[in-house]
Amino acid sequence: MRVELAPIAPELLLVGAGIAVLLGGVLARRADPLAHLAVSLAGVAGAAAASVMLWSREGATALAGAVAVDRFGVVARLVLLGVAALALLLAHHTLARDGELRPEVPALILFATAGMTLLAVSADLVTTFVALEVLSLSLYVLTGSSRRLVSLEGAMKYFLLGAFSTAFFLYGVAMAYGATGTTSLGGIAHALAGRTETPALALVAMALLAVGFGFKVSAAPFHMWTPDAYQGAPTAVTAFMSAGTKVAAFAALLRVLDVALQPLGWDWGPVVAGLAAVSVVVGSVLAIAQTDVKRMLAYSSVAHAGFVLIGATAPGAPGIDAALFYLLAYALMIVGAFGVVSLVSQGERGTSLEDHAGLYRRSPVLAGLFALFLLSLAGIPPTAGFIAKVSVFRAAVEAGHWWLALVGVLASVVAAFAYIRLMVLMYMREPVGHREPDPSPVPRLVLAIPAAGTLLLGVLPGLVTDVLGKAAVLRW
Amino acid sequence: MSADQVAFLVLAPISVGAGIAMLLQRNAVHAALLLVVNLVTVGIFYLMLAAPFLFAVQIIVYAGAIMVLFLFVIMLLGVDRAEPLEEPIRFQRTAAVLLGVGILAELVTAVRAGVGFRALGPAAFAETGADTAALARALFRSYVLPFEATSVLLIVAAVAAMVLARRRPAPATAEPEGVVDAEEAAPEEVGA
Amino acid sequence: MDLLDWALLLGRVAVVFAGLLVTVMLLIWMERKVIADMQTRMGPMRAGPRGVLITLADGIKLFFKEGIVPAEADRPVYLIAPVIAMLPAFLAFAVIPFGTSVTLFGREVPFQLADPSIGILWVLAMASLGVYGIVLAGWSSGSNYPLLGAVRSSAQIISYEIGMSLALVAVLMYSGSLRLSEIVEAQARVWNVIPQFPAFVVYLIAGLAETNRPPFDLPEAESELVAGFHTEYSGIRFALFYLGEYVNTVTVASVAVTLFLGGWRGPAPDVLPWVWPLLWFLAKVLAVVYGYVWVRATLPRIRFDRLMAFGWKVLIPFGLVWVLLTGAIVVLPDVYGRGPVVAGAAVVFGALVLASVAAPLLRPRPAAEVGR
Repeated sequence: MRVELAPIAPELLLVGAGIAVLLGGVLARRADPLAHLAVSLAGVAGAAAASVMLWSREGATALAGAVAVDRFGVVARLVLLGVAALALLLAHHTLARDGELRPEVPALILFATAGMTLLAVSADLVTTFVALEVLSLSLYVLTGSSRRLVSLEGAMKYFLLGAFSTAFFLYGVAMAYGATGTTSLGGIAHALAGRTETPALALVAMALLAVGFGFKVSAAPFHMWTPDAYQGAPTAVTAFMSAGTKVAAFAALLRVLDVALQPLGWDWGPVVAGLAAVSVVVGSVLAIAQTDVKRMLAYSSVAHAGFVLIGATAPGAPGIDAALFYLLAYALMIVGAFGVVSLVSQGERGTSLEDHAGLYRRSPVLAGLFALFLLSLAGIPPTAGFIAKVSVFRAAVEAGHWWLALVGVLASVVAAFAYIRLMVLMYMREPVGHREPDPSPVPRLVLAIPAAGTLLLGVLPGLVTDVLGKAAVLRW
Repeated sequence: MSADQVAFLVLAPISVGAGIAMLLQRNAVHAALLLVVNLVTVGIFYLMLAAPFLFAVQIIVYAGAIMVLFLFVIMLLGVDRAEPLEEPIRFQRTAAVLLGVGILAELVTAVRAGVGFRALGPAAFAETGADTAALARALFRSYVLPFEATSVLLIVAAVAAMVLARRRPAPATAEPEGVVDAEEAAPEEVGA
Repeated sequence: MDLLDWALLLGRVAVVFAGLLVTVMLLIWMERKVIADMQTRMGPMRAGPRGVLITLADGIKLFFKEGIVPAEADRPVYLIAPVIAMLPAFLAFAVIPFGTSVTLFGREVPFQLADPSIGILWVLAMASLGVYGIVLAGWSSGSNYPLLGAVRSSAQIISYEIGMSLALVAVLMYSGSLRLSEIVEAQARVWNVIPQFPAFVVYLIAGLAETNRPPFDLPEAESELVAGFHTEYSGIRFALFYLGEYVNTVTVASVAVTLFLGGWRGPAPDVLPWVWPLLWFLAKVLAVVYGYVWVRATLPRIRFDRLMAFGWKVLIPFGLVWVLLTGAIVVLPDVYGRGPVVAGAAVVFGALVLASVAAPLLRPRPAAEVGR
């Protein structure tokens, strides 16, 4: 049997680069970490090129139905690879500064990215499961890779709850298999479409899969691990996992909902809507109560998971389109926000709200960048966050969930308080203590990329709508 | 009565009995051993159901590797004493019983409805049944990508073990700012 | 299956069991004589002609000795451990084809107790159960030296099992079957030991470690651990451990013969066609065991950390590389034909890889690391 490898070339390149970095760490122990960074970035760039080349080969599935070959997958992969590249650059700088850089870190980031991209294109629940495990296991370790206690605590909670959610997901896969006799998304859809009545097993499968994905995208009430893991992980890693996990898990969730469970649309609609409503409310309200910037951003990520879910309640292309745009915008702004935090703080110190007081006096550039990302997170024009929120609300309203859009708008207003309070601190208060932010110019240049993206998408969303529109069709 | 049935009637009580005894056992090593008995009998059931490969995997992986590591840890850490039986979480026992009854009810319903008990195997099993070659076809053709992706998972797990085991926990006392752990600053020395 | 089939099956089981016992008896005698010879001594001479009945005498003595159960022992586990140690060794032998077949009462009776489709895996499964006897004996004795011996032993056996499995994987990839009778069949033209020589070496080394034989007998290193895991055992239960160990040796040697040395194959005249394969098999097993005895007489015991380092850092990587190469050897000709270019490239590549694996072994160790 000939196996065609082009559809998974991006993953192969990523894993290859990861192994090269690991081997380099063993064989050339005194090698410059810059060499590792270069190899990693080359792997990411190669993977991106390989993904772009798949744009024109839109087909059904490849590798015995394990992965989908569609433009949705290409876009999701490119977003993930962009996140990975930014995270690699940030992690290289901040971890070297904190004395925690080892060859394992870029390697694990690459493996996690491979898991994420594979997750985004998987067309079979078994592939989904393995990809989910690859990315989760890498992230557990990255979270605990620092020798600080809070890092260990975060990794432990992440690991335990993650393993728990994996069990839910796997049970859901088993139920889906029991109900339909197949694990391929297309096969499940076929089997379910033929039935007049919905089998109970399929509904159980749907609920269990929803729980499993809920954990991974940190939707409330399955968000318990998020603040601890985000706070404990080295901040550059937090930037990576907050953006990457969400994009990848949502890509897979959209595939499951809009392909495999598409015949059950009437059944999963209310479930997803409920999760969305709870997430936006819980995330927004709890974000206000936080005194630590990383925890605040963690709760904000719970709320943002809810906004993506609001978009996903619209079945078919409009929902996918809106969710994809939201994920792109969210990836840009959350990587940027955590990137700024990683420069203001050092290790576990300097992440509290107080430490950001008077940031404008110390580093106007960082304060300006942070303000931009916060405005975007709050959804204030002219930023990508605003366009993204508008598009998910529109999708929800067009699908008839106007109450959900209303909840979303109210929650946005509540959450805006948290972001604006932080901005007030940065601009209108005197600095406390003697902590100076990281002065290096290179990471600032790196952060200019997501900043430019956030602004550009906010002003000229038409730049990507065409591409996203073409990508909003799932193939199976 | 065929030989298979005789074997089943002998082994089934042993299997169930070992499982129950394991739950009631307070000595960790004895419990582990009873679990081994249970695993082996289940493996023999696989053998009788014409799934010899599953038998081999069950014995090699569960009985041979995982349980030996269990025993290894129990022996090394010396945790072979009776555990306190107080519940750290209130209502835990009640909840466990309720959930157990729920799962039992679910299983009984599922079996009575015959759900998922039709011959729904991977396509590769259709021709020859569940023999080892068919399993190989399923693994290396239908599920070749997940199977290969598992190797990445194993690499990550190995790296994970390395990263976590190499940690020297910093003392819990507040360390002065900007001090880099001397041990970390020194280049890592790995034994040959 | 009618009554005659059952009777024949039972007969086969009994014959194999008894045969193994007798073989072990002779084996112990042989080992003592060979080692004595290598040390220019006489060895046992009194019981029977040239001491051949020494094992029987020892067995009878042990049988009538008092079996002591230490006060601290975990009684049920302590009592059952020797049996658990012995059983897997016998069971593993069940799938070894030790001859062709003979016609008895109009039925064809193969010289193999069972020929399951999972052949090799059965051997591996039983080998992985073998460690329980040792672990349990060590733990249940309620005494420190046995416990240390058991911990060492389980670490050692689990580690070397991986190397052994890799060697077996290479063979089964090369032969294209898990069934042992088919693997013997596949060696009709050339024994596996020639194309699979690296796997053979890995298997022999791992086999030494699996059976706790010198120079890998750390679990019972008398200079450090009194007698290792069976320090507290005496009488018949000690004899069972002893027996299990030697049956294990026979089984490991038999697997080596079956997988690498052509099994029961060998030139034979036309008289009594079923006898010669048996004799060939026995001769080959004895040759392998002789090699093991020779190693014992020659090499000193290896330090425990060295043993583990060797298993994990040399044997397993080497085995993995060899499995990779075997895969290439098996698959490449199908894809690219058997042209001389492919063959030449394969040889050069293989030599390079082997050299790169062997190079670290030959390099002298830096003095600083010896103390680590």
